Amino acid sequence: MHLTAFRFGKPYESLERNQLVHFLTGEPVAEVSQVGGAIVGRDLRKAAQARQALLKFDPEEIVERLQTAGNLYALGTVEVGGVPQTPDDFVRQQSATTGLPESLCRANMKKNLFVLSNMDRMLDALSRGLPPEILWKGYGTEHRDVVVSYQAQSPVLGLVLPSNSPGVHTLWLPVVALGVGLLLKPGGQEPWTPYRMAAAMIEAGIPAEAIGLYPGPTDVGSAIMANCGRSMIFGSAKTVEQYRGNPAVQVHGPGFSKILLGDDCVDHWEDYLDVMAESIAANSGRGCINCSAIYASRHTREIADALAERLGPHEVKPPDDPEATLAAFTIPGAAKAIWEQIEGLLDKPGVSHATAAHGPRFVEGERCGWLRPVIAHCSSPDPEIARAEYMFPFASVIECPQAAMLDRIGPTLVGTAITADEAFRQSLINATHIDRLNLGPLPTIKLDWLQPHEGNIIDFLYRSRALQLADINAASGSPLTAGAAAAG
Amino acid sequence: MTTETAAEKPAVFELADEQSIARSREQLDAHTVEMMAWHFHPSTGSPFWLEYAEGLPFDPIKDVRCFDDLKKFPPFEDEWLRGGPVTRWIPKGFAGQPAYVFETGGTTGTPKSRVNLRDFRTDYEEFSATLPEEHFPKGANWLMLGPSGPRRLRLSIEHLAQFRGGICFCIDLDPRWVIKLIQKGWMEHLEAYKQHCIDQAITILEAGHDIRCMFTTPKLLESLALALEKKGTTIHEVGITGIFSGGTEFTPQWTRFAVEELLDGAYMTPTYGNTLMGLAASRPVVPEDGYTIAYYSPQPRAVIELVDFDDTNSVVPYGGTGRVKLTTLTKETFVPGFLERDEGERERPYVKYPWDGVSGVRPFHKLATATTVGVY
Repeated sequence: MHLTAFRFGKPYESLERNQLVHFLTGEPVAEVSQVGGAIVGRDLRKAAQARQALLKFDPEEIVERLQTAGNLYALGTVEVGGVPQTPDDFVRQQSATTGLPESLCRANMKKNLFVLSNMDRMLDALSRGLPPEILWKGYGTEHRDVVVSYQAQSPVLGLVLPSNSPGVHTLWLPVVALGVGLLLKPGGQEPWTPYRMAAAMIEAGIPAEAIGLYPGPTDVGSAIMANCGRSMIFGSAKTVEQYRGNPAVQVHGPGFSKILLGDDCVDHWEDYLDVMAESIAANSGRGCINCSAIYASRHTREIADALAERLGPHEVKPPDDPEATLAAFTIPGAAKAIWEQIEGLLDKPGVSHATAAHGPRFVEGERCGWLRPVIAHCSSPDPEIARAEYMFPFASVIECPQAAMLDRIGPTLVGTAITADEAFRQSLINATHIDRLNLGPLPTIKLDWLQPHEGNIIDFLYRSRALQLADINAASGSPLTAGAAAAG
Repeated sequence: MTTETAAEKPAVFELADEQSIARSREQLDAHTVEMMAWHFHPSTGSPFWLEYAEGLPFDPIKDVRCFDDLKKFPPFEDEWLRGGPVTRWIPKGFAGQPAYVFETGGTTGTPKSRVNLRDFRTDYEEFSATLPEEHFPKGANWLMLGPSGPRRLRLSIEHLAQFRGGICFCIDLDPRWVIKLIQKGWMEHLEAYKQHCIDQAITILEAGHDIRCMFTTPKLLESLALALEKKGTTIHEVGITGIFSGGTEFTPQWTRFAVEELLDGAYMTPTYGNTLMGLAASRPVVPEDGYTIAYYSPQPRAVIELVDFDDTNSVVPYGGTGRVKLTTLTKETFVPGFLERDEGERERPYVKYPWDGVSGVRPFHKLATATTVGVY
């Protein structure tokens, strides 16, 4: 199977190809054409055509086609890489090159299907009921009879996608429904979702000119970031720092998501063990929304031991085993290097390893490695491991007075606060370093798709600005009325 | 040398015959002996090599009778090239002649340097003969869209233009700043600096200087072509007919993309060169050969061998992958068996260059993660 580049409707076979192999056997799975950054730069000169192709349809029609695409993606057979691909083929291929268990690949498919199926509700929620025609035309009158204008900031959204977490694709699925084209740089090991989704969208009637697939080395990512009016990148804390403050870039890095147990609830910690365990271990702990730290003022050793008891025994299982919960690290040496780093951090004063009694954590394979769940206990927020996040089920349980929690937790993508203390709840609501706030025992990984994630995608792609209208007198050319104009 | 083959594709270019290969080998052996007599004679050798020879368990003048005998030398370490006095590298036979110093790297610490008297001129004069007249007309003016500063390349291109009867127009480009921008992650500044370089180039191209030839690097060529396209014109339309380009990012795919989408019919010849070797010419890059880029060193002045990653005295089979090993044998410079930071595939002798070549040149995989490729 050869996955060609796709230059806004035109397949392009590169002379350079990256061979994807099965993470366990090394057997070839697919070849992926590799293009360079200059192709992206050149094609982006015609990016306006991508948006124009979408605007030829009514917004409602695009949403309906996306819903059809969701069904095709999740349930149908579509042509990918020149061959028919069933959902089972897709799951096997994605698992083979990413190391993710097949059951988790299927779970991510369901997430994507959910988002596409509920696109109309999502857009309505994210746009606060804005008639979608306004995004198409650039302005219009909303239900309060007020003229509003939303200006597209880029005809396409560029995306530099990761290899390690197929769950992130839900973030870009609404883009086409907003009348904006897609330029995707698929992750090196995970081209599967972008390719299958693009194939499903095109088969469902989304114009092929609105979608570009540009697999390649890092300079493709650089070209996207340099040339797209709006882009989204997934990367490390260093990547986040690099693009911080750049309004054209939405950067998604480590989440450092957390659970905070309030003093009023912490004595009943056992009631919340399921929420904690699910937050840490769902999706093999790969997501930025997985919990990496639990803060409580007391019972922290008991909590750490109970979580270790629950998660510590998780074993490595074959990827097609429905009970498999752990993804492999497919880059040779990666799992070992991470484990050695963690071992060093577990050795520091004030840190103990709660999962130590449950057998070795690092499991070495012939071509890959695994890390079994790790729970650390920290007697204060000071040790470095309290601020660590890894791509497997890992969390530190940290002893910290409630009054000090908000000062010590640091940036938090998802914060679940289990407390009924109104004063504490209000402090949490006011805390600007928490992005998504769950008040009550909600797993950090449970997302309400009708609410924004790391910023509202509509606010990112569109600028709300003033636009005033006045009628023109055809004879004199002078304005007849002030229309909706108002002094600002 | 080993001659067996490893996963070789059938050649679509004209191979050199056995007689030519044997003749070039004889010339190389004779040249090697001549160079030993020069570099290790007390009256002509450089202070560095004369002192170095004192510690060798053999006599280079007596014991090196052919090219393969150079294996008796321990590998050349480019760290020796850092710092002064650079005059230790100048052969006594050239004492008192005007000298240039060219530097490489230099982002942090003391850069490596090579002293040059006339070598760069000789290299580029020989290379000039490989440029097709219809694309690189004699008397044409040149644009040097590449690094400025203490670089061999900048002066060499100017000499090439002058040697062919033209004038060379240059831009300011500090590659050390580019590397720092990349290392700091200041990507907006990197883009701005690249744009600054391209602006200089377009200003020169639009100023009525009748420029028809150009040296540039793949990344700058891309940027120039896209910038000109935005202005509604092309590299060919602004007058460029021949482009001489170099860099390890030169891949078959990039070349195909450039030919099909950037050059608008302008001719491009890839080269591989560095401060120690000089300049390697390429055989024609054509679609029938999968846009393979194969380089041939300016033998006998410099020799490229593709050697086993672990046993660096063994040449890999034809078509096999190995590390680039360079030997420089000019009267100004002797560099025995320097292991380059590049790897590639061993290519068969070509009719015009009847000695081994190298294709698929890329950063040596064991060092690749530490290599930063900038705009040049």
